[in-house]
Amino acid sequence: MNPLLISIALKHLLARKRQSVVSLLGVVLGVAFFLAISTMMLGSQADFIRRLVDNTPHIGISDEYRNPHLQPVETAFEPGAVEVRSVKPETETRGIRGFAAILDYLHKIPNLKASPVLTGQAVVSFAGKDVGIALNGVLPAELATVSTIQSYMTQGSIDDLIANPDGIVVGSELARVLSLHVGENITVAAATGQIHTFKILGVFHTGRASYDQSQTFVALKRVQSLLERSNRINSIIVKLADPYSARDIAARIEAHIGYKAVSWQEASEDIMSTLMIRNIIMYSVVSAVLVVAAFGIYNIISTVVMEKLRDIAILKSMGFHAGDIELIFVTQGAILGLVGCLVGIPLGIAMMLILESFKFRIPGSSDPISLPLDWSWYQFAIAAAFALCSATLAALLPARKAAHVQPVDIIRGAA
Amino acid sequence: MAVLRTEHLSRRLAGDVPTTLVDDIDLEVREGEFLAITGPSGSGKSSLLYLLGLLDRPTTGRIWLNGTETSSYGDEQLADIRLAHLGFVFQAHFLLPEFEARENVMLPMQRLGKLTPSEIVARAQKLLDDLGLGEQARKFPHQMSGGQSQRVAIARALANDPQIVLADEPTGNLDTRSSAVVQRILRDLAHKQGRAVVAVTHDAGFAALADRRLTVVDGRLNG
Repeated sequence: MNPLLISIALKHLLARKRQSVVSLLGVVLGVAFFLAISTMMLGSQADFIRRLVDNTPHIGISDEYRNPHLQPVETAFEPGAVEVRSVKPETETRGIRGFAAILDYLHKIPNLKASPVLTGQAVVSFAGKDVGIALNGVLPAELATVSTIQSYMTQGSIDDLIANPDGIVVGSELARVLSLHVGENITVAAATGQIHTFKILGVFHTGRASYDQSQTFVALKRVQSLLERSNRINSIIVKLADPYSARDIAARIEAHIGYKAVSWQEASEDIMSTLMIRNIIMYSVVSAVLVVAAFGIYNIISTVVMEKLRDIAILKSMGFHAGDIELIFVTQGAILGLVGCLVGIPLGIAMMLILESFKFRIPGSSDPISLPLDWSWYQFAIAAAFALCSATLAALLPARKAAHVQPVDIIRGAA
Repeated sequence: MAVLRTEHLSRRLAGDVPTTLVDDIDLEVREGEFLAITGPSGSGKSSLLYLLGLLDRPTTGRIWLNGTETSSYGDEQLADIRLAHLGFVFQAHFLLPEFEARENVMLPMQRLGKLTPSEIVARAQKLLDDLGLGEQARKFPHQMSGGQSQRVAIARALANDPQIVLADEPTGNLDTRSSAVVQRILRDLAHKQGRAVVAVTHDAGFAALADRRLTVVDGRLNG
């Protein structure tokens, strides 16, 4: 770019320091707020998805079928007009049958870990209090490969269930509500009417109060016995090395085993669409700040053009091209955009650091949390690109007007 | 030798009431000639000067510059000709207020781009020295008198060493003393430096210094 045109553009801006600073301030604040808000929103989204991916199965296989089984006559005469009424399916024990074979199949899929779970409702009775819980029957060694629960253990270990099949691991909230301690015994009554006494082997604390109160972990065999569902499980937790391949792999698994396999994306489809809508709203709002700043730039460049008509005329009479004149004023917009970015980005970073330093409690969480921010480089690139483009485009219209000034008209009028 | 020649040059403004600014003018300006164009206000002499300076396009007629006919040239080609071959001095000095005197003189040279930055500075300083403004080189237009500013404008017109200098009422805003200085400078540009100088003026004394004097009345040459 011609340094002469840049120097003329700079002199024009410096000659109107106050207006230039006001316009600049619009871009600076626009960039800073764009960064602070977008990184906060995307950071919270990324944090949410990370928690979702970490704390829920990448694929959950349940003891259900996506579609009801067809009757043999419907399969045999598929194109025909077959109607079967008053079908009474055979009553059978609920749960996934032959889960050992299913697990063998799953373990053959590369980069996949699977663990069977049998979950049922039960009531814990202790010191005259009854609390409803979810009893999760697990294989501790396999659970460790698919769940992060071990990382939340504050006392004991999930692996302690291997040595003591009559043990139970409870959450910190349940322990608090019932004043339970490791080593104490509790009585658990299942919906089947069976009652069993378990020894508390460990306590976990995830920070999510409802989870810490309702979930417990027990050896799988013991839960199968309590729920009278021998050799049955009702879900398989699957974790993948690449969580984002879950949708495809879930479809493959379901096609092979018949049971419903739901990927975390499918399970969270509503939330994901809500997040997308939230992002659209967020980008619209933060972009509006920069659009308003662009109007400020349009205003100052238009004013400069009006004030500089004589200078434009003399430059053109001297031999400057219309393109040179246009470039002078577009450069002024670009300079405001560039300086706005150079000042706005550090200001945005400062705002992000302040936001990150805030710690507060949210309902449902027992630990204070800080705002998760997305520090990825492309947030800065989007903010800078948007500011530069909007500032330059805002200058384009008055610059075009300046380029079309007829020197004779101005000189004749000024003489 | 004619550096500038016109044939049947006319300029009319369209509109509800069409106006003829310049009407069928044939003209020749020779190298080293100081030509004064006089006439009453609104007679079309400034319009003629803008046509000669390729700032405006004739409605009919043609203009030759150094023997080359210019009517087929586009706006950018005409701008390039103005930059390299023509120098303008107007009634108002039209210096860029944010630039120092020397920077104003440097502008046409920087746009032409034929000299190095140090050569441009040296030439701008020499032009100002020659016009007695060496001391004012670093001053801004608002720090100089009208006469000094007009001399800076002349230095700027001479920056790219033009063959032709076109002046539109160059002494119109000046006091008698400054006016005399500017008149002498313009005459010397023609007689000592061999440039063609065309000056539009109301000032009969100034016109009397010219080698040739033309009068424009109602857009036509009169005498």
